Amino acid sequence: MNEIGSVTRSWTTSELLTVMASRALHDGQIVFAGVGVPLLAATLAQRLHAPGLTILFEGGVIGPFIVPGDLPPSTNEQRCTRRANMVCPITDVLMLLQRGFVDVGFLGGAEIDRYGNINTSFIGDPDHPKTRLPGSGGGNDIASLAHVIVAMKHEKRRFVERVQFVTSPGYLEGGASRHEAGLLAGGPKVIITDLAELGFDPVTKRMRIEALHPGVSVEDVEAKTGFDLDLADPLRVTAPPTERELEMLRELDPDRLYIA
Amino acid sequence: MAQAKREGRALSGYEALRSETALRDRSLHEKVVSLEAAAALINDGDHVAIGGCMMSRTPMALLWALVRAGRRDLTFSRSIVSSDGDIVVASGIAKKVITSWFSQGIVWGISRVMRHWVESGTAEFEEWSHLAMGLRYRAAAMGLPFLPIRSLMGSDVQRRLSGETREMICPFTGEKLVLVPALRPDVAIIHVQRCDPYGNAQIDGLQFMDIDLPMAAKRVIVTTERIVSNSQIRRSPDRTKFPFFVVEAVAEVPYGSAPHECYGLYEPFFRHMDLFAKMTKEDPERGSRDYLQRFFYEPRSWNEVLQRIGMDDLLTATSGGRNVHDE
Repeated sequence: MNEIGSVTRSWTTSELLTVMASRALHDGQIVFAGVGVPLLAATLAQRLHAPGLTILFEGGVIGPFIVPGDLPPSTNEQRCTRRANMVCPITDVLMLLQRGFVDVGFLGGAEIDRYGNINTSFIGDPDHPKTRLPGSGGGNDIASLAHVIVAMKHEKRRFVERVQFVTSPGYLEGGASRHEAGLLAGGPKVIITDLAELGFDPVTKRMRIEALHPGVSVEDVEAKTGFDLDLADPLRVTAPPTERELEMLRELDPDRLYIA
Repeated sequence: MAQAKREGRALSGYEALRSETALRDRSLHEKVVSLEAAAALINDGDHVAIGGCMMSRTPMALLWALVRAGRRDLTFSRSIVSSDGDIVVASGIAKKVITSWFSQGIVWGISRVMRHWVESGTAEFEEWSHLAMGLRYRAAAMGLPFLPIRSLMGSDVQRRLSGETREMICPFTGEKLVLVPALRPDVAIIHVQRCDPYGNAQIDGLQFMDIDLPMAAKRVIVTTERIVSNSQIRRSPDRTKFPFFVVEAVAEVPYGSAPHECYGLYEPFFRHMDLFAKMTKEDPERGSRDYLQRFFYEPRSWNEVLQRIGMDDLLTATSGGRNVHDE
């Protein structure tokens, strides 16, 4: 339990991210999900408002249904295949992105910048990194070829003016630069954090606040962001997680592997 | 090829590929060897492609044998590496790892071992996107020098690979494409559920890049949970994922992917993976040295490795592995 502003919260940061991310998914969509928050959000959506949502896993899985309490450790183990419609080679499941069958890809990241570029490769100079991060995985492919939802904790060190390394492209330098680089489809759509929902101006492609979570002010968000944010007009306030959403989520992850 | 010789010119890449392939023994013959003999087929300096992905169907027993054999200057490539990547850099057998993602696994955070060896410049981690890795193997499997891809563009992943990729304007559509070069390993090592003595390999469940890998590589070594008869293979040929004539050697190694999983048989040995993460967290150099000593150098057989990992972990993993078939 913690408190922001006047609202007492009875959920963890990961639970808030997961619930908000699940609401951004719609029935009938095909969703490329990693494990952790993305998978829980997609499964929660399936159980609450999007029964016809299809999950894809990078390991080569089409349309699985996850068994509560039996969450996979990555997208590449047999737990990912429970009640799946199909398994196929990795290259072929990733090819569905390029072919255009995927509505939404889910990403996280160490760093994101004002144009939605994501870094999961290096902190510091890539030739002499302070920290070598695990790298792209399918992140670059998802970000290049699909509309992307990003779920991450809102911290100043993560929301930076310019990422140190573009692992997964957002709108690059803004404006038409993504298209000019040869990326003809997709792009970041929503950034969901523990404070707000952010989107992008349709022309400049600069990040802007679309909605604040209950009890959060614009100043709270600005204080934790390393660059100036634009504001959408009107600015919405999200509804807090409901009992039903939280109950269902905790049922999916009873060991609190990913929602602690 | 003969024509190239007559004309006194060097073979092109494709001519060389054809002449190498023509010289391979493609007959239906038995090729069962011991694990140690399989490891001996791999030479210092080879590019070794590892089958499976992350914590699945990793040919761990063969990596164990390679570490014990003290191979040097190997380049490894794989779709995604987990603790297998940590082990090949920490043991000193790898100088380079070509992959899209390198860490033990999300639940254990960023690998301290990978960080230590890569940040100090002792081992190189060459990063490609996951689809780029797949298309590089597939290009080689198709006998083509490259394939076009629509990701990578605009990113620093591509920028950092400068010289390795090319951009082209499509002659049909005028669209920009990136070309990724074929990745042609010297040896592919692949762990499967079943294989016959000739090398007909059957894979259950997730296939990862293991249909393309054996076609891409110059040589293929299979480790298998079980060697089955050729007539058993012939009863379900649809489950055979690559044919005998691409395979050079077959070694039977039950639990040959431990402590990673083998679909339908055993899950990852989670407690052992926790142990590896814990041992290498504080001091990755000393921790991995201790781990390698205990689980790689001291045991004289793969069975002894399994004994040291322990019956509890093995049975827990086995019980979970069989669950995949539950309703």
